[in-house]
Amino acid sequence: MSDETQTTNPLEPEFEVALHPDAAGAYTEVAGAETALGWAPDTELIARRGTWAEVWARFRKDKFALFGVVVIVLLVVVAVFAPWLAPHDPTKQYTDIGLTTQGMPVGPSSHFWLGTDTLGRDMLSRLIYGARVSLIIGILANGFALLLGVIFGITAGYFRGGVETFIMRTTDVMMAFPIFLFAIALSTAIAKPSIWVLVLVIGIVYWTPMTRVIHGEVLSIREKEFVDAARLTGCSTFRILYRHILPHLVAPIIVYTSLGIATTVLFEASLSFIGLGVQPPTPSWGQMISDAQNYYLVAPWLMIFPGLCIMLTVLAFNLVGDGLRDAFDPQQRRR
Amino acid sequence: MSAVVDTVTPEGPLVSIRDLKVHFPITSGIVFQAKVGAVRAVDGLSFDIRRGETLGLVGESGCGKSTTGRAILRLEKLTGGQVLYEGSDLARLRGKALRRQRRRMQMIFQDPYASLNSRMTLGHIVGEPLLVHNLRRREERVDRVRELLNLVGINPNTINRYPHEFSGGQRQRIGIARALAVEPNFIVCDEPISALDVSIRAQIINLLQELQQRLGLTYLFIAHDLSVVRHISDRVAVMYLGRVVELAPNAELYETPMHPYTQALLSAVPIPDPVVEERRRAIVLTGDVPSPASPPSGCHFHTRCPAAQDGLCDIEDPVLRQVRPDHYAACHLIHDEDYPHIRSAEDVASSTQTRPNGNGGGPA
Repeated sequence: MSDETQTTNPLEPEFEVALHPDAAGAYTEVAGAETALGWAPDTELIARRGTWAEVWARFRKDKFALFGVVVIVLLVVVAVFAPWLAPHDPTKQYTDIGLTTQGMPVGPSSHFWLGTDTLGRDMLSRLIYGARVSLIIGILANGFALLLGVIFGITAGYFRGGVETFIMRTTDVMMAFPIFLFAIALSTAIAKPSIWVLVLVIGIVYWTPMTRVIHGEVLSIREKEFVDAARLTGCSTFRILYRHILPHLVAPIIVYTSLGIATTVLFEASLSFIGLGVQPPTPSWGQMISDAQNYYLVAPWLMIFPGLCIMLTVLAFNLVGDGLRDAFDPQQRRR
Repeated sequence: MSAVVDTVTPEGPLVSIRDLKVHFPITSGIVFQAKVGAVRAVDGLSFDIRRGETLGLVGESGCGKSTTGRAILRLEKLTGGQVLYEGSDLARLRGKALRRQRRRMQMIFQDPYASLNSRMTLGHIVGEPLLVHNLRRREERVDRVRELLNLVGINPNTINRYPHEFSGGQRQRIGIARALAVEPNFIVCDEPISALDVSIRAQIINLLQELQQRLGLTYLFIAHDLSVVRHISDRVAVMYLGRVVELAPNAELYETPMHPYTQALLSAVPIPDPVVEERRRAIVLTGDVPSPASPPSGCHFHTRCPAAQDGLCDIEDPVLRQVRPDHYAACHLIHDEDYPHIRSAEDVASSTQTRPNGNGGGPA
């Protein structure tokens, strides 16, 4: 209960008074509506809105989060319409005009807006196509990790007992592995590297932190009295899980997913760097940065532009994550 | 403890508890957990709750009051015993049958801030029981929710609001509306007012009493506030360390407490009269309540009882038996034939000093 609610409503209305229109002032103030005419007009306002409409109403007040959404939408558009947006073929090596006579990459120019890479390929086009790889991996791998984490975390936290011991000790074992080595081992064991193998590998590697977070949250939520009340009113276990427990997990899920997408983009870059990620000539931002490491003094754009792309993507997902977390919490409404 | 058999109401009690036990295991180990002991939160309770009455359940913190209430509603796993609702054993129900039976029994919780799901609107909170039990058609559900809110004194137009927009007292009313949604006969009130401001307590108590009259409800009213229990209850059960030590009609218990523990408990209630307060001697129990993980042998109270007798109280379990008409107590020292041992608080207090064996008072 926030202090504001207390001050606007210092005295509990009497049993009869509670229904009296005069008492309405307290509520209209709480809801932030301008009218103090009584119950009816004020409630009309809220009555039309569903949960999602309210979340959106709160979300759109957050300017930073909206900026994040704009960036993500732009990224998605760029990724989807890459073939139409890219000025050049991302894999074509312009050995004639794309390289200097010494064989070095050329800087930004009217022909190659962001310069070329060490093989004379257009940087802009490669970045545009690279967005596809980063987004697909970032979203799918995290979705996969999230799915596993939520299922295992809720199962362990709600049902306790042997199931909990098994799941949580397994995550301990998983986390004791050096993640990177584990991913290398997995991706070499599973067929030949591709985006889908990457999604699978990253998902399998990253479900453990998610499981732990969800497990901890569920442990505290399941002891709350409203869960007992739900059991008492005859809710099925499934209903308790998705109606009473899951909504309280939205905040941690969103925060960890937004952070996770950032981590995943970097993880993909690392795997691509050692040759287990996206295979050339398919461009990926991480791979482009690792390609640039020997040239960044003479051709800084090789590193700067993909770095900016990764930074912007990570930032956008973090901002949106923060905004969503606040928007999902009804108690944040008055901020 | 079959001594407690209800003979007053012709159609039998609404809820009967027989030798109820709830033990929480104490485990050690991470992967392979070994049971190293048990907290005997509730250790052999038997009593009846009559139709339409309010049975008060009092006792110190940690004596198992709340666990008893939760166990009756099957929120805790029973270690043993029976909970008979209109003669059918709830302890053996599970799954769908249990969920159906839950319509008849509800609970009002202690903490109005934790008992409402903060992510649901009032309409969903109060309407969910209707949905789950299919009590109303979709269109009628909103009307029923408004009706319920009105019944407990909440503006029905706030149906789309969230719990955090309400004060503690209002939230408690919402919790009551949710409990009433399934049209229960029996409600466990687990310290429903102890988390509320003093100014609001009376309102909630009055609301509960009004609802009881209007809807013919039966309450198990759990509290540690003796004066509130006195106000609302028809009969009162006193618990100590997982057992009922005394069970009697309201007036009788407060006027002639039989069990030494009840006497001590009642003497601890301050009297708002400085003259009386000056003259009377409160029975101050020494020591702490023993751990329910290893309760004392015999009578659980013998380690702190001012009148305990060696060789009897520390060996033999006292049985809850009728010592006066409709008055039950579990104490070896009360003789039911002619009730010579009905003692006033002063008698017991003075016996603390003059008692021949110097064992009873100190902590064990």
